[in-house]
Amino acid sequence: MKRHFLGWLDDRSGWRKLAHEALYENVPGGARWRYVWGSTLVFTFVVQILTGLFLWMGYAPSATTAWESVNYIQEEMWGGWLLRGLHHFTAQSMVVLMVIHLMQVVIDGAYKAPRELNFWTGVVLMLLVLGLSLTGYLLPWDQKGFWASKVATSLAGLVPGVGSMVQQFLIGGPDYGHHTLTRFFAFHAGFLPAMVAAVLGVHLYVFRRHGIKARDPKRRPDVGFWPDQIFCDAVACLAVLGAVLTLTVWHRGAELSGPADPSEPYPAARPEWYFLFLFQFLKYFPGHWEIVGALVIPGVLLGVFVLMPVLGRWELGHRFNVVFLFSILAAAGFLTWRAWAEDRANPGYQLAVTRAAGEAARVKELASVLGIPSSGAVTLLRQDPLTEGPKLFARHCATCHRFGGHDGMGGTVADAASAPDLKGFATRDWIAGTVDPERVGSVHYFGGTKFKEGKMVRWTRREVPKFDAVQREALVKVVEALSAEAALPAQARLDADGAVRIEEGRKAFDGVVKCSECHQFRKPNEDATGPDLTGYGSRSWLVDFIANPKHDRFYGKRNDRMPAYGDEKILDARAIGLVADWLRGEWVRATNGVGSLAGGR
Amino acid sequence: MLGAIAVLVPASAALMVGLDPVRRRGRNVSTFPFVKVATLEAVPRDGTPRKFAVVADKIDAWNRVPNVPIGAVYLRRVEERKVVAIQVLCPHAGCFVDYQPEKKSFLCPCHNSLFGVDGSIQSADSPSPRGLDVLEVELRNRNEVWVKFQNFEAGRKEKVAVV
Repeated sequence: MKRHFLGWLDDRSGWRKLAHEALYENVPGGARWRYVWGSTLVFTFVVQILTGLFLWMGYAPSATTAWESVNYIQEEMWGGWLLRGLHHFTAQSMVVLMVIHLMQVVIDGAYKAPRELNFWTGVVLMLLVLGLSLTGYLLPWDQKGFWASKVATSLAGLVPGVGSMVQQFLIGGPDYGHHTLTRFFAFHAGFLPAMVAAVLGVHLYVFRRHGIKARDPKRRPDVGFWPDQIFCDAVACLAVLGAVLTLTVWHRGAELSGPADPSEPYPAARPEWYFLFLFQFLKYFPGHWEIVGALVIPGVLLGVFVLMPVLGRWELGHRFNVVFLFSILAAAGFLTWRAWAEDRANPGYQLAVTRAAGEAARVKELASVLGIPSSGAVTLLRQDPLTEGPKLFARHCATCHRFGGHDGMGGTVADAASAPDLKGFATRDWIAGTVDPERVGSVHYFGGTKFKEGKMVRWTRREVPKFDAVQREALVKVVEALSAEAALPAQARLDADGAVRIEEGRKAFDGVVKCSECHQFRKPNEDATGPDLTGYGSRSWLVDFIANPKHDRFYGKRNDRMPAYGDEKILDARAIGLVADWLRGEWVRATNGVGSLAGGR
Repeated sequence: MLGAIAVLVPASAALMVGLDPVRRRGRNVSTFPFVKVATLEAVPRDGTPRKFAVVADKIDAWNRVPNVPIGAVYLRRVEERKVVAIQVLCPHAGCFVDYQPEKKSFLCPCHNSLFGVDGSIQSADSPSPRGLDVLEVELRNRNEVWVKFQNFEAGRKEKVAVV
């Protein structure tokens, strides 16, 4: 029955002849491992089509959905990280395999007549694959792809005369946006793969027409493609798959940095490693010579590659080709190493990489807790105190204040601090420092300000050392009571457990310790000259203070240098809120897999 | 002849859509109005450049998005009431430059172009063909810093706005 059907099918289609041709192509000199590279490339291409099609099922190309959909594939979909990892690392393996294939073809002289077309279609395939890589890099719309692709497309603008037209054709407008993604996706998943398939068809057709270029001397008699060579090819393909899988699992899939943001720098932007040599090359061309490094020299070198079959007609030409290929590879290798070594020796780059990883992890945490709004994941980061707070602090506060000795972002500040270090602001330990004779006058508190010899410092230094045991204990309770005013998320437990002591501390404020001689606290105090400590360190206290420290409630006319960030419109309410929340340690956290708004805001 | 028509009609339609962004070239001028970036008080008096996001309405193909960051500038006070705005994008290849206070210069993290505090090129072997792009600034309503935010074509010696 089965034979009957296959016979019928052969009658209509001629599949037997086709299969025979495919399987019994002559392999002169017997199967060899060195013939496997072309097959591994076909294999990787098929893997890319398969993985790519299924990635397509989950991908939405637009500026507000690309990162979001890729993140969803990666983090939420069943096997998504594996699929994306396979696609990513197979792409990398393709580049390596292409280089090996090219080396083998040039060394063996397999590009010579009558195989010129094999070679030229091969060169076209290489360029198409590199094009696939370039376009694919942008599709996740993450910071890394966004900024690296900007460099790549700006190079297109160097083409004399039509440069900016070419550039706008590629990116779909004057600037990166929705249409950059729709176009890159159309190139990546449509035009380029179709062209690869078509050129690959010609490549394989002419390959079959001229047969394998046997490596002399032939060690064994000729055999058919099946089974020996197919066995070698299959083993090689499995080895490639094994390497790709290892890389995928090792890196737990492909990297996805934070969502693209044109207003946020990304100093860690680098192209894929196999483009690093071109990236590095550009550093050596000053000013208007850029076009030479970016287009002219690569163009000339490519021209030499195209001419190889012509040069190879002479024995000397063949030797030139081999030397040329290895020189190019050596130079590319050297430049890649230089790029890598420079980055390794650059602490700024290393810091940028660390920050980028932190930001990527943070946005994923936010996305998992809050879900992503339709305006995109980038808004999650822009509204996040943990992300924005330190940036705002470094920009606007760190000229005077410090945060744990640095500028909030881990950077050092050249000038000495002239205002308190705000790390741990309003915690028990921090407030304890203001009534500690040793600490209150240090640069961590008022040491750098005009209150260095002010009433608070003088009082602490004069009175506190004279305290007896009862007063000392009362002072600790006052500190606890004041810190409880802040209702810091990190101290919620301490505050709840110490409710009785806190109540005693409130009484001691105007009782034993006599803070009310200068400060207002929880009830009107006509004599108060220092800042009102009611709600000290709470969100609203801090927001009001940053908005205007010159307000009578705070320092009044005696305010030192601190600007009224709100009243002078230096920062808007949103930004002040972000700084206050960050200083108070109040931000969205993923706890036990269930999201919560810390601090109950 | 008939075959040619059969191919040309759909091909032209396809080409028209494909080339649409090129057709629009030069018509995007109105997307660069002056934008309020900061107040004078937010720009350090000592002349240190400070980075500000440029928040404006953004038209991105089918979307009009109000109040989103569309880019960034460094603002620098050169006189009590005079502010200079510098584009953050490197004119070499469009990377985001970083101000380095200890060196008093802007460094591009991509290809190491180095610019002075006023945006000018600092060394002859800088890969950037021109200094950082300075943007038009207006002081309005006593203390508001408004900037005409524009992007310029990378890789050219002369400053050409992308429109």
